[in-house]
Amino acid sequence: MKEMLVILFSAILVDNFVLSKFMGICPFLGVSKKMDSAIGMSGAVIFVMLMASAMTYPIYRYLLLPNHLEYLNTMAFILVIALFVQLVEIILKKYVKSLYQALGVYLPLITTNCAVLGVTLLNIESEYTFLESIVNALGAGLGFTLALILFAGVRERVDAADIPKTFKGVPSTLIAASIVSIVFMGFGGMVEGIFG
Amino acid sequence: MNQIIIPVLIFAGLGIFAGLLLSIFSKVFAVETNEKVEQIKEALPGLNCGACGFSGCEDYANKLFEDNDLKTNLCLPGGGEAAHKISNILGKGFEAVEPIVADVLCQGSNEYTSDIFEYSGIHTCSACNLYYQGKGKCNYGCIGFGDCVNVCQYGAISIVDGVAKVNHELCTGCGMCKDACPKGIIGTHKKSQRVVVKCFNCDLGKYTRTACKLGCIGCKKCEKICQFDAIRVQNNKAVIDYEKCTNCGACSAACPVKCIVRQ
Repeated sequence: MKEMLVILFSAILVDNFVLSKFMGICPFLGVSKKMDSAIGMSGAVIFVMLMASAMTYPIYRYLLLPNHLEYLNTMAFILVIALFVQLVEIILKKYVKSLYQALGVYLPLITTNCAVLGVTLLNIESEYTFLESIVNALGAGLGFTLALILFAGVRERVDAADIPKTFKGVPSTLIAASIVSIVFMGFGGMVEGIFG
Repeated sequence: MNQIIIPVLIFAGLGIFAGLLLSIFSKVFAVETNEKVEQIKEALPGLNCGACGFSGCEDYANKLFEDNDLKTNLCLPGGGEAAHKISNILGKGFEAVEPIVADVLCQGSNEYTSDIFEYSGIHTCSACNLYYQGKGKCNYGCIGFGDCVNVCQYGAISIVDGVAKVNHELCTGCGMCKDACPKGIIGTHKKSQRVVVKCFNCDLGKYTRTACKLGCIGCKKCEKICQFDAIRVQNNKAVIDYEKCTNCGACSAACPVKCIVRQ
């Protein structure tokens, strides 16, 4: 149980995929303009990460490993991720049309969101068991959510501020992102300290 | 040879599995799109202004198709043309759209009123309004930073001498400026209604007087002169009942502060 908590919280805080590993920057910058679309995007990413981890583990373990096809894992994983992104898209289009429109191009772009592929590959690399993989994926998804929601809040404030013309738009956003990233460095070593 | 065949087989299997799953899902969760709804959507201007009372053009198109009693002339920017097209698509009776225009209910230009402090913050009305209810002497007056100008998609509003002014030639009556104004002093009325009370000040006449020379002081002269009982002083300002107003303009002529305007 303790190991699971360590994996979960280090994935959320210490090894935050967006702010410490710098994965998934594209949706992080693209969808963080508004709080509600940020929450919707996070939900979609958590779902895809969980399902992709659950699917890729048996595929890697029982299909690729016995046949010595480890070198093909990236391709197999991308296939699985693309499948789930498409499923999310179909479901959203049917039931949450407004969210589907708000996410726009960023929804199919989850396929190429390296955070999702990163989770599945890191699960293999860290030699996690099935349950540990799921917990890691959940932590990574929650970490993505945390980063996105925090940053959407920051951005809504930045929009209302009086910024010099040179820094308006993307530059101020990137500076704000780097400051939030520095903040997350403060979590280093904390999780081991609490649970270890 | 096996080195090639096995991976190909595995990936073919995975691909077929994914394809099957997707096609099942797309059948189960298929979104029904209707040809007529698509046609209505094309006939609407696609501005998503919400003047029809629905959340966007798509919603209006869907509701038009579902509800047979819904009127086809609710789209103000589309006007008669859109109403005509929609009626043709649905095979319904056609009713003309009565054009609606917006008006800024304030005449407090720099000549008639002044500021109480110098404002150097963010140049939007909503930001300025957060700061002691704006920089002007009148708490109900136009701030003049042009939030309405920015939101207008037709370029119908301009700031003249510190007060927003609506050009009725360009205005379609969509009412987006109404929502953008932090003071809530933009109103819409039928284009045929020519008499407008251009003041929103609810303070007592004494205080209104000190704030702006063109402010309604609630003297009730208009109320007495109107033969049709169409104008009333409510909450220290004159309000016209457009059901009764005949555009005669008697109130406008009688108004001592000239805040009732006949356009």
